[in-house]
Amino acid sequence: MHNFEYHRAGSLADAASALKKAGEDGKLMAGGQTLIPTLKLRLAQPSAVIDLSGIKELASIKAGAGEVTIGAGATHAAVAASKDVQGKIKALADLAAHIGDRQVRHRGTIGGSLANNDPAADYPAAVLALGATIVTNQRKIAADEFFKGLFETALKPGEIITAVSFPAPEKAAYMKFANPASRFALVGVFVAKTKGGVRVAVTGAGESGVFRSAALEKALSGNFSAKAIEGVAMPAKGLNSDIHASAEYRAHLIGVMAKRAVAAAG
Amino acid sequence: MAPLDTGIGAAVRRREDARFLTGRGTYTDDINRPGQAHAYILRSPHAHATIKKVDIKKAKSSPGVIAVYTGEDFKPINGVPCGWLVTGKNNKPMIEPKHPIIAEGKARHVGDPVAVVIAETKAEARDAAEKIDIDYGALPAVVDMKAALKGGGKSVHDAAPDNLCFDWELGDKAATDAAFAKAAHVTTLDLVNNRLVPNALEPRAAIGDYDKATGEHTLYTTSQNPHVIRLLMGAFVLGIPEHKLRVVSPDVGGGFGSKIYHYAEEALVTWAAKQLGRPVKWTADRSESFMSDAHGRDHVSHVELALDKDNKFLGFRFETLANMGAYLSTFAPCIPTYLHGTLLAGNYSTPAIHTNVKAVFTNTVPVDAYRGAGRPEATFMIERVIDKAARELKTDPAELRRKNYIKPEQFPYQTPVALMYDIGNYGATLDQVLKLSDPGGYAQRKAASKAKGKLRGRGIASYIEACGIAPSNVVGSLGARAGLYEAATVRVNPTGSVVVFTGSHSHGQGHETTFAQVVSSMLGIPMESIEISHGDTNRVPFGMGTYGSRSIAVGGTAIHNAVNKIIAKGKKIAAHMLEAAEADIEFKNGKFTVAGTDRSKAFGEIALAAYVPHKYPLETVEPGLDETAFYDPKNFTFPAGSYVCEVEVDPDTGVVEIQSFAAADDFGRIINPMIVEGQVHGGLAQGIGQALTEACVYDKNGQLQTGSFMDYCMPRAQDVPNFKVAHSVTACTHNPLGVKGCGEAGAIGAPPTVINAIVDALQEYGVEHIDMPATPHRVWKAIQDAKARKR
Repeated sequence: MHNFEYHRAGSLADAASALKKAGEDGKLMAGGQTLIPTLKLRLAQPSAVIDLSGIKELASIKAGAGEVTIGAGATHAAVAASKDVQGKIKALADLAAHIGDRQVRHRGTIGGSLANNDPAADYPAAVLALGATIVTNQRKIAADEFFKGLFETALKPGEIITAVSFPAPEKAAYMKFANPASRFALVGVFVAKTKGGVRVAVTGAGESGVFRSAALEKALSGNFSAKAIEGVAMPAKGLNSDIHASAEYRAHLIGVMAKRAVAAAG
Repeated sequence: MAPLDTGIGAAVRRREDARFLTGRGTYTDDINRPGQAHAYILRSPHAHATIKKVDIKKAKSSPGVIAVYTGEDFKPINGVPCGWLVTGKNNKPMIEPKHPIIAEGKARHVGDPVAVVIAETKAEARDAAEKIDIDYGALPAVVDMKAALKGGGKSVHDAAPDNLCFDWELGDKAATDAAFAKAAHVTTLDLVNNRLVPNALEPRAAIGDYDKATGEHTLYTTSQNPHVIRLLMGAFVLGIPEHKLRVVSPDVGGGFGSKIYHYAEEALVTWAAKQLGRPVKWTADRSESFMSDAHGRDHVSHVELALDKDNKFLGFRFETLANMGAYLSTFAPCIPTYLHGTLLAGNYSTPAIHTNVKAVFTNTVPVDAYRGAGRPEATFMIERVIDKAARELKTDPAELRRKNYIKPEQFPYQTPVALMYDIGNYGATLDQVLKLSDPGGYAQRKAASKAKGKLRGRGIASYIEACGIAPSNVVGSLGARAGLYEAATVRVNPTGSVVVFTGSHSHGQGHETTFAQVVSSMLGIPMESIEISHGDTNRVPFGMGTYGSRSIAVGGTAIHNAVNKIIAKGKKIAAHMLEAAEADIEFKNGKFTVAGTDRSKAFGEIALAAYVPHKYPLETVEPGLDETAFYDPKNFTFPAGSYVCEVEVDPDTGVVEIQSFAAADDFGRIINPMIVEGQVHGGLAQGIGQALTEACVYDKNGQLQTGSFMDYCMPRAQDVPNFKVAHSVTACTHNPLGVKGCGEAGAIGAPPTVINAIVDALQEYGVEHIDMPATPHRVWKAIQDAKARKR
């Protein structure tokens, strides 16, 4: 990797000021699970890396009435193990328990994953399907407004995710069909029956990253059962085609994973 | 043989594992020489491009840089040689273009070295390499083999305008055509043997070291055969005589063939170390391994099988395109020919066989041997087409095979494709594998799978392989530029301990245990008194290395013969000491005894006498106890076996899960059954990897799309079932240990077994073939295509 200034932030305010000082070539690092490999491959050349992993206030997980707020610095392992998350939104704990491998889960964080918005990441599906709210050091952003395309989010320069607030759903489940090589989601479908209605988010498949499936939401709104999905046409248009899966196969898998998720949600 | 629990046949735990498992191995990258500099190799991002101009000015003045070299600097130096000359039809020799150390004027694959930076640290070398400015003229890439042969102005090498390296055939074409003309049934199949990246756990590394005082070069390298590297690099590339070149291959973390070959990086660091008067180290990172280690397989074939009305095989006909990549790697031309064409009789007494192989240059990484090397490709063709024939003829695939097996009484058996099989009993391994795999309960298991919404399939395949490579006179007549014997020195120390210097090289095989067991058995001394030394040309007298499942059959026999020389000399010494006739001395259980008496001398006493020869037959016997044997095998060995696999396919997703896998092998006599079973497991895992997960993919521009583990899928523990393994034994007839070798069997037999099972599972859709790897996507697609055909 190339040389850079390393700053281990002690507090959110410290991180924000260090980021400001670094200018546009400064980079925040949470768990580093994307940034470090990118640096090692010399695909990124930041002037400064501001490490958020030492900020204790970002790591908390708190349950409120009908919701769970997860600090941006909570690792996937911490989310998976949290009794609060397991109790309120089991699907989210299950999702976290199956991200990457054990090493990744103990370094990677929810805030880092969302800020990176990898089109094959798991968390975006949960955030979008559960209608979560992303809390930053400047404002609150609704999930529907947050994801803006491949590795693109609504975050502005200098903005740092501090927490994600998830309303507890009535029912929810996530089913991932893993890419055989990378184990990222080739197709991941998160279904949730929420107070505001049924929400279905798909990751791994879309050309522009995570998206909600209006067709599946409509089918499930009347009848939240696997059977309701049968016969719902999933168009291949707008889906990825690569050496691992054609758009048609991904479209087919969305249906299969959605059915399995609905069945698992009970 | 001595009744020791560490002798031949004992499941002794691997002695080397304590070192490996506690991180105390010494791999090439663990070695650091005083004053060592580091090399970083800049590699072509283009599959095919002219190199118009290389500007190294900025790189040269980058911090820490010692030297920057380009293709110009290596022009006077020979390229990397090819170790095998294949002669094609009409006596036309293969086209053998220069394989430069650093590309000269043209880059021919992504990863082709175009410049090298040597600096104080690896990071500085890499920083400087980014400052090299290369003006490339991109050329259209040659990727697809069929398109490549049409040429059309796209040539990897000017010397081969239509990209044909050689056009080779084996077998009697007229007789084969006649067999097909009278056939009652003909089964045909088009198939691909997928390209694989070897992915040894340890990436390649090399350190060049030059001693100005003595003029001696030392190369530390990740090699399966250090003497071969010394010969190829010393004699053919750099012109360094053997006595001034030492090659050391310390612990090596897996090879699978990819570390047989002499690579440009080895010559590069050796040459640069002398230029600079400093040791130079290079270690590949994983990305570099993907684009510079020789790949494996990559055949496209058409297969035909002719049968008579009684389902007896009349003839096999094969047409194969074999990818050579951009340059000829050390053994590349022999893989699709003499390690492939000669195996096309399989386990069967087919009277007429003909094969035609066209070897093709493409703008891809060179292709060479990978675990099995030609034999998996041959076996896949044979066993897939037999399976298809069984289905077409509505006969049991196991019984169709059995009917056509070469019978035990037919050995030695001369095949129509050059080889003479010495011995085997294919029916015995078939019986064993059927017993292990419970065919009687299959219908019930299939119904249980169906109840879960899964499709169950059962596949069988038999295989034979030619191992113990190889009789030197035979391979010499076929184009090998080396002999393929093995050497061993057995050195008995004065106090009776033994060091064995072997030309075989262990990079996972467990030689330090297996070879010691052979010596322990023969000399009646404990394992602890025996050291196995390998991997250093200054210690081991000579060696051809480890590949082609040859270590025990060739290297082990050399050790055996050297030990026998020790015993013979010991008898002379003992006869003198015991005042008896030499002919009356027996050696047993570590003791030299006068036959029929209780007068004896222990092995250790004889060893001491040999070095302290006070009461010693000095007139007729030299002091010392140190013997060397070179063993050149009389024939190949022919391990064989049959495998059965059951799979479940999820028709909704195309996911294949292996439910059970049974393997019955005949490796001849087995020295260490635990190590053999481990070799079988490893081979099966790699074979399953080829069948289900692994695919090296280039796009039409020659870009490597599977350049990391994010896209190249190695099999994981969850992809592999618990194996049921059994052995039957027909002892090899032409080596004294009766051994055949076991390293490659699993990788040869597993792919057709798995694919046969998947195709069987998909019978309700009428799927007749599926190419490897049978990924979920591919299986799903095969189902959809079959459904569409039915509509």
